[in-house]
Amino acid sequence: MIPLPTNNNVSDKLLKVASWLGSLLILFFFIALITDVIVHGISRIDIDFFLNSPENAGRLGGIAPMLLSTMLLLVLCLIFALPIGIGSAIYLAEYTNSHHWFVKLIRKSLNVLASVPSIVMGLFGYAFFVITLDFGFSILSGALTLSVMVLPLLIRNIEDSLRNISKEFRHNAFALGLSKTTTIFKVLLPMATQGIILATILSIARAMAETAALLYTSGYVTRMPESVFDSGRSLSVHIFDLSMNVPGGEPSAYASTLTLILLLLSINIITQYLSHIFLNRASSL
Amino acid sequence: MSRLTNDNILKTGLLITTSISALCVVLIFLFLFFSSLPILKEFQINDFIFGESWHPSENEFYILPMIVGSLYIMTLAMLISVPLGILTAIHNQFYSPKWFNSSFSRIVEILSGIPSVIYGFWGLVVIVPLLAQFQAPGTSLLAGAIVLTFIITPTIVLVANNAFKEVNPLYIQNAIALGLSRTNIIKNIILPQAKNNLITGIVLQSGRAIGETLAVLMVCGNVVQIPGNLFEPVRTLTSNIALEMAYAMDTHRSALFLSGMVLMVIVLLLIILTEHFSPLKTKS
Repeated sequence: MIPLPTNNNVSDKLLKVASWLGSLLILFFFIALITDVIVHGISRIDIDFFLNSPENAGRLGGIAPMLLSTMLLLVLCLIFALPIGIGSAIYLAEYTNSHHWFVKLIRKSLNVLASVPSIVMGLFGYAFFVITLDFGFSILSGALTLSVMVLPLLIRNIEDSLRNISKEFRHNAFALGLSKTTTIFKVLLPMATQGIILATILSIARAMAETAALLYTSGYVTRMPESVFDSGRSLSVHIFDLSMNVPGGEPSAYASTLTLILLLLSINIITQYLSHIFLNRASSL
Repeated sequence: MSRLTNDNILKTGLLITTSISALCVVLIFLFLFFSSLPILKEFQINDFIFGESWHPSENEFYILPMIVGSLYIMTLAMLISVPLGILTAIHNQFYSPKWFNSSFSRIVEILSGIPSVIYGFWGLVVIVPLLAQFQAPGTSLLAGAIVLTFIITPTIVLVANNAFKEVNPLYIQNAIALGLSRTNIIKNIILPQAKNNLITGIVLQSGRAIGETLAVLMVCGNVVQIPGNLFEPVRTLTSNIALEMAYAMDTHRSALFLSGMVLMVIVLLLIILTEHFSPLKTKS
């Protein structure tokens, strides 16, 4: 942004003070939230908390089954969403021009998909995966619901990274007599790897934060899941259940909250680090 | 020859994946529609809007209070978070010193990624007791709006930041050359130029606000009523689905799918609204 000239008339001072107040309010809220969660959450956290199963509805014991369920949900979700997401992104970026009615239609439907409220996504997952396809309350149903949810995010980001590749590479590949298939797999996809990785990480963060869509798809059984057809409680659902349905579950809820925030924070740091590397590499090309 | 067929196979495969992505939305609407058919056959729109109470076991499906509850909470939250978010973005772009900005934008990013269930939990253990000191029980419309504000504001800051960054620098340079003051440039050049992007982002966020479920459920008290004041408990459409899906049967379940349909219609209307405002961008 271009620096604006500073001048100190009354309205400028007013806006300056007001906008500082806005920023400081958000900063204060952030500090209050994080300190509160750390102060109340840290005492319950030790190595056993991550390795044990919950006892007494979660008041005691650990969160091992939730960590496993969350991980299974994320892995399965990516297994379903990545091929479809990458395929759609390639098709949209490489095979279509954006003024065609079909492309406009797909884009519109993806926009709508991106705004579907998560509880409605949960209703859909329940009606389709749990009942119609008869997967029951299972990690599989939850993961399928999550993959529908992250699809628009994945497609948009991967498509953008494909479109950002200079046209010259496609022209050169064509001039060398490479087929479209070879061009996509040997030239474009390798160049878009970074974008695909970042899109994947964003989707993981999004899926990990999800709660409402999982309540009626993957369920809230606290047992250790033995297969993907078992019901499994994600970490976020665990926090919800502890704070709403378990009197005295507050300390465990705080500890689980701290765990989830730390997980997401590490994802955030990894993303920052990767985009930093990618940016440096791009500028050195 | 074989190369040509390879290309064709790939193209067909990609077309299939793309169709699957596009079909998701169609499937969602189909399932919502067919699952809400039973109740639409049995009851009139009047029963939902002019009914007396929400007692699914006695076939009373008065949905209106929950629609009103959802709209109240969304409006209140937007009334706080939009000015706050825009002010903060103005600060980030034009007033903030560099050292503050770099760490602050990270903080906003982190806040926008925190799951809403965590905001809900925090609202329940910190905000609700705080409000209860003024007026019991604390779980109320106001608590819901405050928690929703926590959830929405960071994203509004991000949206506004991007909108300001997209303003053509030429306009700003000219304004500076003309000797306009800082407030003048912000008020008369930057805000009007960023208006469309701002509105689009804000409308999309209100869609998110009305769709928010568990965080609101945790702090709102969930009494089915049209709230008389800020301190009364309220139940939103979304919370109603989450609360009752566990045991709802037959028509009752169908009524919950109908609530989902109502939510989708509201969200669709909001999307149509954004298309009205979104500037026709041509990507080079």
